[in-house]
Amino acid sequence: MKKNVIEVKNLEKYFEVSGGFFSRKKTTVKAVDDITFEIPFGESLGLVGQSGCGKTTTARALCLLDPKTGGEVNFFNNETSSMQSIDELEGEELKKFRRNIQMIFQDPYESLNPRWTIKDIILEPLNIHNIGDLDEREEAVSEILQTVGLTPPENYMPRYPHELSGGQRQRVSIARTLIMKPKFVVCDEPTSMLDVSIRISIMDLMLNLAKDLEVSYLYITHDLAVARYMCNRIAVMFNGKIVEIAETEELLNNPVHPYTKRLISSIPVPDPSYDRKVYDINFEELDSLIEKYGSDKPMIDIGNEHYIATHDVKGII
Amino acid sequence: MSKDVLVVKDLNMHYETLAGNVSAVKNVSFSVKEGESFGLVGESGCGKTSVAMSLLQLQADNAKISSGSISLDGIEMVGMSESELRKVRWDGISIVFQGAMNAWNPVVKVGEQIREAIREHYPNNTKNENTEKIESLFKMVDLDSSIMDRFPHELSGGMKQRAVIALALSCDPKVVIADEPTTALDVVIQDQILKEIKKVQELLGLSLIYISHDIAVIAEMTDQMAVMYAGSIVEIGPTDQVFSNPKHAYTRLLLESTPSVVGEKKKLRSLEGEPPSLIGEENGCSFSPRCPDPSDKCKSGNSEMGLIEVADGHFADKCCVECG
Repeated sequence: MKKNVIEVKNLEKYFEVSGGFFSRKKTTVKAVDDITFEIPFGESLGLVGQSGCGKTTTARALCLLDPKTGGEVNFFNNETSSMQSIDELEGEELKKFRRNIQMIFQDPYESLNPRWTIKDIILEPLNIHNIGDLDEREEAVSEILQTVGLTPPENYMPRYPHELSGGQRQRVSIARTLIMKPKFVVCDEPTSMLDVSIRISIMDLMLNLAKDLEVSYLYITHDLAVARYMCNRIAVMFNGKIVEIAETEELLNNPVHPYTKRLISSIPVPDPSYDRKVYDINFEELDSLIEKYGSDKPMIDIGNEHYIATHDVKGII
Repeated sequence: MSKDVLVVKDLNMHYETLAGNVSAVKNVSFSVKEGESFGLVGESGCGKTSVAMSLLQLQADNAKISSGSISLDGIEMVGMSESELRKVRWDGISIVFQGAMNAWNPVVKVGEQIREAIREHYPNNTKNENTEKIESLFKMVDLDSSIMDRFPHELSGGMKQRAVIALALSCDPKVVIADEPTTALDVVIQDQILKEIKKVQELLGLSLIYISHDIAVIAEMTDQMAVMYAGSIVEIGPTDQVFSNPKHAYTRLLLESTPSVVGEKKKLRSLEGEPPSLIGEENGCSFSPRCPDPSDKCKSGNSEMGLIEVADGHFADKCCVECG
């Protein structure tokens, strides 16, 4: 039995939107609706879908950046060696929880304070959590810079973000994240702003760190090719719901849900002789199908730990 | 055999900066035939967009084309006056800019902005003729004609990019440059836009110059391609040839660093290091410091540069071909 680092059950995040300035009527936008997944220690789960499908909202709800409106999130508590709901956390415990769950953001140009040096940026989490004395903190910064491949660290510590390239900045973000030795890191498209050539070195770095430091990732991306490289399992999200979840190769080889098929067939193939056929679906039809059959039923296992949403089974099989 | 529409020969362009001259485009030569699509691929800062801007002569104020020629349908464009250029731009060559989000004036309706371009080039058209023209353009790129009366902020990213394509086609150009038209979009929208560009190109028999850092997109979109590194073209040839038989080490690395969803899962190779500074004179092979397996001659900086033919119409940098 694998131990899970995080378990998410029926996570919901609804936003209330007012109808207009004079209108009292409010409508709810179900940005994330009934999402369930778990991630075992040392494994990474890819969360894949189009822009606006709720990937980032899910991530922010998990990190307690935006409070969720429903559902359960349980996180592994090191001290008691058991799962603990994040709703119960308060004060010191909450602070400890935040050490164990960190986030890497999409845009390395906007997620680093331009007026701080690299040293200050990486030091900040240590200061906030009051870990070690000054010398130890500096030692830790120089160590983590080496780990993420920014050597020699003395050259980078006094620099400002604008002096670094995109790839180097993203390495700084990773260093800032990992200095807390988290068990779980949410990565929100960390390589989508980078060049193809740099992308692989950042992905390799993250994979190696996952192995060495036993970190689990929730890896958010819209590119299945990237997810394939990074993740053990992939969850496909459509309009706030997970429609299919399976082992990476299983999902790519035997996609069942029409949206997954569409997503896979939309990715350009780096081979001029390959004739790519796009699986055509009508998004509105799919949307109404999901609406009609509801989503309150659990997902169906079709074997090999390959789960699909129920609405789809009714529509297709 | 179709004729060459655009011929670029030994183009050199540099930016004058306080730190010295930055040679962004070095001895770039290529030609694009009628109805053909030509891909330009390379990492950020390798000079792809500088080439595009030189073709339209829309480069920044501190940029100078020091030598070379750009001829469109036999007419030399380097050295043209601004008023002559105005006629060629949009009419002869047009461009689909990188960020569709920033290509529009936010306070003018989309239709009005396209009308502006058409009016400039066809001053004798009536208003109705122009409206019909825009409607037909929108139909071509699958946009509803009501979009004409919308402001840019009312459109989604994909719709804006479609409208930019319509704008680029508005004056019946011979050559369209697409400068990373899909970078800010997600995969499903990207796929739709790529299809749109392909469809329009076939329909109108356009010559297309497609610029991207994504080699997978280049594979699908182009007939001919060139790989750029540090301002120079290091490999050029038919797309399927370059993919099946890459000769330059940089091309090989690009191919091996691109993940794919089809086929076996491969271990990808990363490209270490930074691209070289383009300021000042360089000696020998610019790719040598990042090359996984450079020869002694290459490392010493004495290797001869310049493209040599390795197969029919397929050229690669001499140094790298000799390296093996």
